Amino acid sequence: MPTVTLKSVRKTFGEGELAVNALNNVDLEINAGGFICLSGPSGSGKTTLLNMVGGLDRPSSGEITVIDKRVDLMDKGELAEMRLHSIGFVFQAYNLIPVLTARENVEFVIQLQGMSADMRHRKASDILNEVGLDGLEDRKPAELSGGQQQRVAVARALVSEPALILADEPTANLDSVTAQSLMDLLRHLNDDRGITFLIATHDKLVMSHARRLLQMQDGQIINDIQQR
Amino acid sequence: MIASSLPLLGTLGWRNLWRHPRRTLIILFAITLGVWFMVISAAMMIGLIEQQLNDTIFNLTGHAQIHHPKFRDDPAIEHSMPLPNKKLLETLDGGEVTQWSVRVRLPAIVMSERESRGVTLVGIDPTREIGLSFIGNPVVEGRSLESIEDNGIVIGQRMAEKLETRVGKRIVIMLQDKTNEVADRGFRIVGLFKAELEATETAYVFTGLSTAQTLVGMANEISEISLVTRSREKLDPLVADLRKAAPQFESLSWQELEPLVVTAMAVYENFIFIWYLIIFVAMAFGLTNTMLMAVFERTREIGLLQALGMRPRSIVGQVMLESLILLFLGVLLGNLIGWLTTDIILRDGVDLSAFARGTEQFKIGSTMYFIWRLEDLLTIDVLVIVLGLLASLYPAVKAARYAPVEAIAGN
Repeated sequence: MPTVTLKSVRKTFGEGELAVNALNNVDLEINAGGFICLSGPSGSGKTTLLNMVGGLDRPSSGEITVIDKRVDLMDKGELAEMRLHSIGFVFQAYNLIPVLTARENVEFVIQLQGMSADMRHRKASDILNEVGLDGLEDRKPAELSGGQQQRVAVARALVSEPALILADEPTANLDSVTAQSLMDLLRHLNDDRGITFLIATHDKLVMSHARRLLQMQDGQIINDIQQR
Repeated sequence: MIASSLPLLGTLGWRNLWRHPRRTLIILFAITLGVWFMVISAAMMIGLIEQQLNDTIFNLTGHAQIHHPKFRDDPAIEHSMPLPNKKLLETLDGGEVTQWSVRVRLPAIVMSERESRGVTLVGIDPTREIGLSFIGNPVVEGRSLESIEDNGIVIGQRMAEKLETRVGKRIVIMLQDKTNEVADRGFRIVGLFKAELEATETAYVFTGLSTAQTLVGMANEISEISLVTRSREKLDPLVADLRKAAPQFESLSWQELEPLVVTAMAVYENFIFIWYLIIFVAMAFGLTNTMLMAVFERTREIGLLQALGMRPRSIVGQVMLESLILLFLGVLLGNLIGWLTTDIILRDGVDLSAFARGTEQFKIGSTMYFIWRLEDLLTIDVLVIVLGLLASLYPAVKAARYAPVEAIAGN
């Protein structure tokens, strides 16, 4: 059973002569446990595709199914509920909440889910330990390095145990050593927990970790390459 | 979801507020100032109302009066009434009435060696006026009347100035007696009284009850019975009892005797609400503006909260919670400073004697007192918090309507 299915998905920005097709009749199936990279030049439609799958934006036409549910038919509340329970996000700019500590950032999602304080605390500690941030739990984002902030973001994405994690250029602001370490972590989580990863990237290092590489151009998937 | 995540939303809201301490402190100051001003205004208004009411009651009106049915339309001698009978005495001496007295009121002209003026001569039982009206208070010069047979006269301090006379001098009272003949008599001024309102000092002169009755040939007749009760709230049943005990006479409460005062009190009470709204509108602009700024500045973060799975109604809740924290703090501080101002700093009132002529126009005494009531404080607090939250609704809904993808991109 595929985790994500896209059928003839089209996304057009603007109208008339100014209209731009960001996605052009994209068909795609992603199976559970996959580690997939979307590559391609800027403007090829990678981020737009991620946003469609994550329910952050709506397609102009076509069908998007995530874990057996039609995302394109959901209202705002249903989309929020799906993101809360089924999808984790890792953004290029980390996007942590600046006034909360690393632990509070991680706990945020599971507190929204209504988890008890004890369990929340234990789970956040475990996950921060797992991403290598033991001892840094009470620091605010401004007191962490870029790599550490991205690890907090990964911990936040993981903590609710989603079926799918969407990452948009997760290594773009990291040095090569930190990027390598982050990718090792993501692959480990994929291998260990079976979480499906869909990552948009320019970074060859990230692509080298992918099991499946989708090359995009002008809003279409032009190559679908199975790797190791 | 909102309830379970309230501690988190509270922490987030509190820390968000202090991201811009100066802005938060300015709006907090504005809310505190607004609430303080409302508390002070309410306390001043209630103080004025209470003072006006007490002055009215103490100014010979009492809480209730009994008259001949035609006396109020035409206060002539023929509209006098006999002393209270046994049945009426039982009600007057019952537990609810704390003090009562009979009086004779006679329209008269008072003449000194230099001036003459229209006045009401009031014949009183001085011992029964204590606690009932201002004339029961000690005089400011000379002596008070001592009995119903006292044949001296007590006049107002201001009246003495107008008549260019003083204690020990004689004045002449001229009036119409029971046979419609002109009666006059010389009185020695034995004392000068002072009242809250100057008009009272020039409107009345007082002598013993029997002296006044004898002067006009009224025998044991009187013009009115005035009384004060233990509790204003229980006045209506008491007046009903008086009407039952003396159906041939007119028993009226102070509200019926002084309709202008009742109207003025109602106007004050309504005015204070308009005043609240004026203050609040000024405050609401600041609050809405602050919350809009906070929302605009955090567009990207709000998009992130949506991406993490926060429902639109929780986003509304988050923004409203930040407003609520601000409003709650402002209300708390405003109440505290308001209480300090009215109950400690201005406990003895504000002396307005320099403006006595102006305040007299509004029947206000020379000292303005501040009285705060819990119900007014609660009204102000609920009004500020509810209307404040309504003012925050626009920025909150605006935040919830952001498209997550655009918000995260910072558009």
